[in-house]
Amino acid sequence: MWAIDNMLSVKHLLGIKELNAADIALIFKTADNFKQVLQRPIKKVPSLRDTTVANVFFENSTRTRLSFELAEKRLGADVVNFSASGSSVSKGETLVDTVKNILAMKVDMVVMRHSASGAPWFLANHIDASIVNAGDGTNEHPTQALLDAYSMQEQVGSLKGKHVTLIGDIMHSRVALSNIYCLTKLGAKVTVAGPPTLIPKHIESLGVRVEYNLRKALEWCDVANILRIQLERQNKPLFSTLREYALYYGVNKTMLDSIAKDIVIMHPGPINRGVEVNSDVADSKQSIILEQVENGVAIRMAVIYLLSGKREIE
Amino acid sequence: MKILLNSKQLDLTLLRLAHQLVENHIDFKNSVIIGIQPRGVFLSDRIVDKLTSITGNEKIKYGKLDITFYRDDVHSTEIHVPSVTDIPFSVQGKRVILIDDVLHTGRTIRSAMDALLDFGRPEKVELLVLVDRRFSREVPIHPDYTGYTVDTILTQRVKVRWTENDKKDEVVLLDKV
Repeated sequence: MWAIDNMLSVKHLLGIKELNAADIALIFKTADNFKQVLQRPIKKVPSLRDTTVANVFFENSTRTRLSFELAEKRLGADVVNFSASGSSVSKGETLVDTVKNILAMKVDMVVMRHSASGAPWFLANHIDASIVNAGDGTNEHPTQALLDAYSMQEQVGSLKGKHVTLIGDIMHSRVALSNIYCLTKLGAKVTVAGPPTLIPKHIESLGVRVEYNLRKALEWCDVANILRIQLERQNKPLFSTLREYALYYGVNKTMLDSIAKDIVIMHPGPINRGVEVNSDVADSKQSIILEQVENGVAIRMAVIYLLSGKREIE
Repeated sequence: MKILLNSKQLDLTLLRLAHQLVENHIDFKNSVIIGIQPRGVFLSDRIVDKLTSITGNEKIKYGKLDITFYRDDVHSTEIHVPSVTDIPFSVQGKRVILIDDVLHTGRTIRSAMDALLDFGRPEKVELLVLVDRRFSREVPIHPDYTGYTVDTILTQRVKVRWTENDKKDEVVLLDKV
C-alpha cells in the first residue's frame, strides 16, 4: 500500500546530526497534515490516545514546553510534566534514576531538556523509551531547527541554494548548531555572523561561511535567523556591553530598509528586544517570529507521531 | 488471480451506483460526497463525474478525507503517512455519502466516521463501496450501496485497479502466497 518510506531512520530524535534528508522531508510532509488539523474547528486527532508522554525539563522553558505539551495533547496523548526545580533532583537523584522512575509509571516517550550537552544520548543508552531532545546544553535543539527550516520553506520555497544567515551568539546557541546541520542537509548555504568572540573556531568545518560584518551578512542572505545573546551561559565577558553589541550586531529597521531586498526575519525566542533585534524589526511585516511558534506545534506533532511508531502491545 | 469485474463491467457498475445515488438524493442540494484517501478517491472521482452528467449539477460538493490519524492500529502496524484531507465545506446538517473502494473489516469506515464527526454533525451518513467482502467484518458496519459482493477468505486480497494509477480499470481477486 502507501506504507512505503514512512519510517524515520532513528528511534529517538536526539539531534539533527543523525537525521538524513529523507527523514526531514518525511517530518515536513507529516507536519503539513497536522498544520491542517490545527486549522479545523476540532484541533485534535486521537492517534496517540494510548500513549503517555513525559516532558522532563531540567532547564527553564516556556515556548518549547508549551509547544510540546500542546502537540502531545492534540495527538490525544496523556501528558505528565516534570521540572527539576522542586523535585527530588535537588535531593541528589541521578538523571537515569529520575527518568527510570518516571518510566516505571508506564510512560512511553520522554521529551527532555537538560543543561548538559549530550544528556539525551547518555539517557538513550540506559532506557528503552523513545527520547525527543528539547535542547541539551549548547549542543542541539532539533525540533527548533526543524520548525525554523519548515517556516523558511513556507516563505522562500525549497531551501536548495538559498542563503541563510545565523546572527548572534553562535558559540552558546544549540539552535545555531541544529540549524546548521538541518539547513546544510536541505541544501541551503549558511553564513554565521557575530563578533569573533561568539563564533567558535573551526566552525567552517561544518560547511558554513563566517562573516563579522552584519551589513554584509544581511546583504548576502534571503533569510536571517537572529539568535539570542545567552548571557546565562557566558561565564566570562565576551563583549564589553550590551549597548555596544546592539550597536554593531543588533538588527534595526533603518539597516533593513537600506538593503534592496526583503529579507525574512526569524528569531527562535525569547527575544531580547533592543539587543540582538529592535522592536521595529521584530514586529515588522518581514518578521515571521509568530509563524515559527505556530509551526512549532505541527512539527512537534509530526515528530512525536512518527517516533511513536510500531510498539508491542500486551 | 481471478478477474471479478473487467473494464466494461466496472463501468456499468459505476453507472448503476450513480443512478442509485440519484434515486435517493435527486439534485444533491443538501448532499455531499466524501472519498476516503487514498484509494477511495479514484472511485469517488468517477462517481462524481457520472453524477454530474446524470443530474447536470456541476456543483456537487465533493471532499476527500484522510483517516490516518484516526486509525486504531497506530502501534500495531507500520506508521502510515497521511494523504491530503480536503473538505472545502461544512458537513453540518448535510447528508454525507462516504465512498471507499473495498469494504473488508469495516475498521477504515469506523475511523472515517470518527474523522468526519470532527468536521461537524451530518444529518445522515451513508456508505458506498465498490466491493463488499462479506463475512469478514470486525465491526457492525454495512454498506448502503454496493457495487459487487464477494465471499473471500482472509489470505485473499481484492484489488481495484484504475487507469489513472494502475494502467487499466478492473477488479481482481488475488491469492496471496
